[in-house]
Amino acid sequence: MSNVVTITGVKKLYKMGSEIVAALNGVDLKIDSGEFVALMGPSGSGKSTLMNILGCLDRPTEGSYKLLDKEVSRLSDDELAGIRNKTIGFCYQNFNLLSKLTSLENVELPAIYAGFNKTERRKMAMAALEKVSLADRAEHLPSELSGGQRQRVAIARAIAMKPAIILADEPTGNLDTKSTVEILQIFRDLHAGGSTIILVTHEPDVAQSADRQILVKDGKITKDIITASTDERIDII
Amino acid sequence: MLFTELLKMAGLSLVANKLRTVLTMLGIIIGVSAVIALVSVGMGVRKNVTDSISRLGSNLLMVMSGSSNRGGVRGGAGSVQTLTYDDAKAIKSKIKDVAYVSPTAQGSYQVVYGHENWSTTVTGVIPEYAAIQSLTMQSGIFFTEHDVDVRSRVAVIGTTVATNLFGSVNPVGKKIRVGNAPYTVIGLIASKGQSSVGQDQDDVVLIPLTTAQERLLGITYVRSINVQVANADKMDEVQANIEKLLRQRHRIRAGAEDDFNVRNLTSLMETMNETTTMITLLLGSIAGISLIVGGIGIMNIMMVSVTERTREIGIRKAIGATYNSIMMQFLIESTMISILGGIIGIFLGIGLAQAISKFGNFTTVISSESIIASFGFSLFVGVFFGMLPARKAAKLDPIDALRYE
Repeated sequence: MSNVVTITGVKKLYKMGSEIVAALNGVDLKIDSGEFVALMGPSGSGKSTLMNILGCLDRPTEGSYKLLDKEVSRLSDDELAGIRNKTIGFCYQNFNLLSKLTSLENVELPAIYAGFNKTERRKMAMAALEKVSLADRAEHLPSELSGGQRQRVAIARAIAMKPAIILADEPTGNLDTKSTVEILQIFRDLHAGGSTIILVTHEPDVAQSADRQILVKDGKITKDIITASTDERIDII
Repeated sequence: MLFTELLKMAGLSLVANKLRTVLTMLGIIIGVSAVIALVSVGMGVRKNVTDSISRLGSNLLMVMSGSSNRGGVRGGAGSVQTLTYDDAKAIKSKIKDVAYVSPTAQGSYQVVYGHENWSTTVTGVIPEYAAIQSLTMQSGIFFTEHDVDVRSRVAVIGTTVATNLFGSVNPVGKKIRVGNAPYTVIGLIASKGQSSVGQDQDDVVLIPLTTAQERLLGITYVRSINVQVANADKMDEVQANIEKLLRQRHRIRAGAEDDFNVRNLTSLMETMNETTTMITLLLGSIAGISLIVGGIGIMNIMMVSVTERTREIGIRKAIGATYNSIMMQFLIESTMISILGGIIGIFLGIGLAQAISKFGNFTTVISSESIIASFGFSLFVGVFFGMLPARKAAKLDPIDALRYE
């Protein structure tokens, strides 16, 4: 299997007054195609920073980030936007759907920015909605859907462009237990279908769905275990 | 492809905030309609002035008798009586580019018909007068060259005189008395209404010049000679030639003062045009200021809108919107407001101008220039004042924008 993500020696430094703070202090990480990874860590650990860099929302101060063998750590804002559009699918804790658009229109959005025409977009969006079993809610506004359904629309939007990575930031954080199980099952199904998934969470139970768990602490990866082959569990604290 | 989608997005967001959109648009609507309505008022004033001047006759030179200067006491214009019918004939025959020459002599008389009488100005003219003043006949005919030659006692009268003497009876063929002599009315002039200075142009009796000079007034001179120049560009040249010719004919020595005056109506027209253009520009620019204020309104609302929609912008950027596509989305929104406002403003402005002319009894002229200029300016205002908010939106950092509550 080929590497989707290759991060070597990544540092992210911030200036806080006269002091320089390292949010990430030398991170090396490889993720293979088709892996289901849980990214864990307490708040302030640098987990969010790492996720932003993985999602091409941010650039590292130092080090290299190769996404699908392409160096992306020094690209311009618009080039990164293009990569986010085609290679990365985002899911957020608070869904981040546009409230005035229907489910279908929300799912279509990435394809609009990619420049697909209407019929192509419709087809892609409907296919994605079918994958999360929400084709019958295509014309509903987010306000007419339950939390679990909204997250499924968000997942549909994330997978509509068939991205190389799906990046989910606490996707079950706002959901009840039943919906959480539902959403995690969708991720399992997507994983079974060959998608590469990075799931950011601080809940060990949620992380259990992944095959591999990575713990970030003080700007470094401190643990990296394959869940499937060990009984070890990562507790954040 | 993306552009049409951006258009749709902008349209949707305007529809979603209808009241806000309309209120923002109001500034542009008022601005554009004010420009159109006020400029139409200015143009109306200009048209009134131009019309009344050209009703006097276009390309007209007026030769008047000059002032006398005897022993240091100066008389008014016309106090020397040196202009003659022969001068007029000489101007006509010797100077190039002269279309018509019309000498006049005038007196005020009590005109009598039956038991009715009416005091009016009796003017002696030649047939060319009708052409210069663009007179049209309501009934009957104007007198001819022959009438001038034989000093016929015929008269052509205006509608005011006709109404006062004849009531509703057709005056043509009737005899009126002027200065105790009978004149046959041979024509009735179609009404010309009031002149620019409020003079009733229909209160006239016209008789052949020679008849007026020799049979009525008993004079040999003429009051003035109106000269219509064939070509507007030749006005100055013809004026100079007339002055030269008259100095010769009147045997005025070099260095001595002219005993006549040549007045040029074109220069009066130019001055009036300049003045009214200034008025129009002034009115238009005052209205233009309200357009700028409207533009600032757009900027204000768009700024608020960008802040309000920070999260939306974050989402769009996260899923791949570039700087340009975010910028375009907001720029299209502000431009749509100004275009829509501009279109509504055009109709409102035209309506206003028509209302002013209908109810205010004031001539207004709606010019396509003012429509195009005000619409173009509103478009510019929309783009210009939309630029800052749109850039603000496009520059947002997606990480911060997504975190925005």
